[in-house]
Amino acid sequence: MDTTRLMDWDKVAGVKKPKSVFWRLTFIIPAAILLMVVIMAIFAPLLAPYPYDQIALTERLLPPAFMEGGSTAHILGTDLVGRDILSRIIYGAQISLSVSLVVIFITASIGTALGIISGYLGGRLDAFLMRVTDMSLAFPAILIALLFAATIGPGYWTVVIALSLLGWAPYARLIRGEALKLREADFVAQARIIGTPPIRIMVRHIFPNIINPLIIMATLMVGMVILTEAVLSYLGAGIPPPAASWGNMVNDGRSLLDVAWWISTFPGIAIGLVVMAGNFLGDWLRDTLDPRLRQI
Amino acid sequence: MNKVLLQVEDLRTYFFTRKGVVKAVDGISFYVREGETFGIAGESGCGKTVTGLSILRLLPEPGGQIVGGNIILDGTNLMELDKKEMRKYRGRMISMILQDPMTSLNPVYTIGDQIAESVRLRHDLPDNMVEPEVISALRLLNIPSPETILQQYPFQLSGGMRQRVVGAIAMSCRPRLLIADEPTTALDATIQAQYLALFKDVQKKTNVAIIFITHDFGVIADMCHRVAVMYAGKIVETATTKAIFNEPKHPYTSALINSVPRLERKDTRLYSIKGQPPSLVNLPAGCRFAPRCPVAKTVCREQEPPEVDIGDGHSVSCWRVR
Repeated sequence: MDTTRLMDWDKVAGVKKPKSVFWRLTFIIPAAILLMVVIMAIFAPLLAPYPYDQIALTERLLPPAFMEGGSTAHILGTDLVGRDILSRIIYGAQISLSVSLVVIFITASIGTALGIISGYLGGRLDAFLMRVTDMSLAFPAILIALLFAATIGPGYWTVVIALSLLGWAPYARLIRGEALKLREADFVAQARIIGTPPIRIMVRHIFPNIINPLIIMATLMVGMVILTEAVLSYLGAGIPPPAASWGNMVNDGRSLLDVAWWISTFPGIAIGLVVMAGNFLGDWLRDTLDPRLRQI
Repeated sequence: MNKVLLQVEDLRTYFFTRKGVVKAVDGISFYVREGETFGIAGESGCGKTVTGLSILRLLPEPGGQIVGGNIILDGTNLMELDKKEMRKYRGRMISMILQDPMTSLNPVYTIGDQIAESVRLRHDLPDNMVEPEVISALRLLNIPSPETILQQYPFQLSGGMRQRVVGAIAMSCRPRLLIADEPTTALDATIQAQYLALFKDVQKKTNVAIIFITHDFGVIADMCHRVAVMYAGKIVETATTKAIFNEPKHPYTSALINSVPRLERKDTRLYSIKGQPPSLVNLPAGCRFAPRCPVAKTVCREQEPPEVDIGDGHSVSCWRVR
């Protein structure tokens, strides 16, 4: 008899069942995609059928294997100078992944540190840091990056530094708000009561409680960073050719979209998949790291 | 008689706000003996909690400031310590239990981790010594099966159990003075009684001096040896608990005691004090209670009454008491 159940709790909105198949898939699929990208990046020379910069003028603009005129030698086709798209995507994973990881690591570290210090200590330091943050947020990042590239020349580290230069600001703003809220929390007061030094409070009590928004921010930034890197590459301030980055591949094919759509599309799909995988994984991590959600 | 552990002299704590200076605590003096429970009673906003935080020198920033007075703990004037030295006194010498057990534990750590943190902060113990110390802190607060509780997160515990854990953290460094800021307000009546009994038990075992901040005269009667009644930032009467209940001298104290519901007086309406406590920014001239006092005289509205000692440690600030 089902009458003993007053309410179907499984269907109540917001109640997740961590062990359901769907729940597992939201972890497995994005994790698999990211793992694949990582493997691609690490073992690119072994996996790629051709070197990323091997030009074959006789095989220019070959369509993907499944299309008429395509060949299994170039599964995803070739570009304007006959370079293999698949190989370039595999090599491109190296750049996209390492740029976004390095940039996110740098910006998240700086932003979190400044945000916590600003929010917890408050006062004039807070006012000063937040005005600097405001200025950083108001400045167009692309402009700074271009200026930077024009001064020291394009390259990998130019992109990393250019993106990090202003990229910390959104983290600082977000984390400062969280720290401000936590500063007034009773458990922080309790920590001060037992004589915990301020640095320890910031590291032990404030930081673990802001990890959730930090993770969400960082995963959202994966997409942002990859896209900005692409834009920089397009403007000639990014990763210089012949190196393959997904961004400069998309831009390579931009003018050929009507004759050879595959040049832009496949790296575009790669960007989309990685960005989505990052977001899903971020969500999953958030729900898992929070012990309150884990028990439901 | 035990020796005096804490002596507060003419403590003044003000908050500097845009609307003016809020005199939350305005010249209060009292002392607490070792192993004694000293109650501070009064209605909301009279400065009870600020008194507690002032003793720890942990006032809300920005704005809160101790502008005068001495806080002497076991011969050391806490007002003369710098930040670092003061931090060493917190936890080890003075500890405090906050009102709401639901929010005073960090949600991301297990109970064991949180008590271990305070244990480590105090005694430089080798790692294998930390857990026994943590378990003994939990035992002190009569927490059943401490080994299980260690692994749990705060949200898995009931309010009463969390408040015990908060007590265990506060007591884990074996402080000599414990400030309990309405620790039972968030608990229901039966748990409250258990918790109060626990306090007495802990005090018996450790000889800790307790400052019990509450608005509940029932709790005062149950727990405290001596009581100070606060009104608008001042102590109006200090006496032994017995004297406060049997022969209250200050009209405010009598009014408060009359406002407690009693079983034997079912027929009459519950007494309530007319009016509102004064704004701490614009205090009235003379006695602060005068505008609400049923027996106020002209002098009450003009001059502040001095504190008069009427013997047996009973002191009152009222023009009617000579």
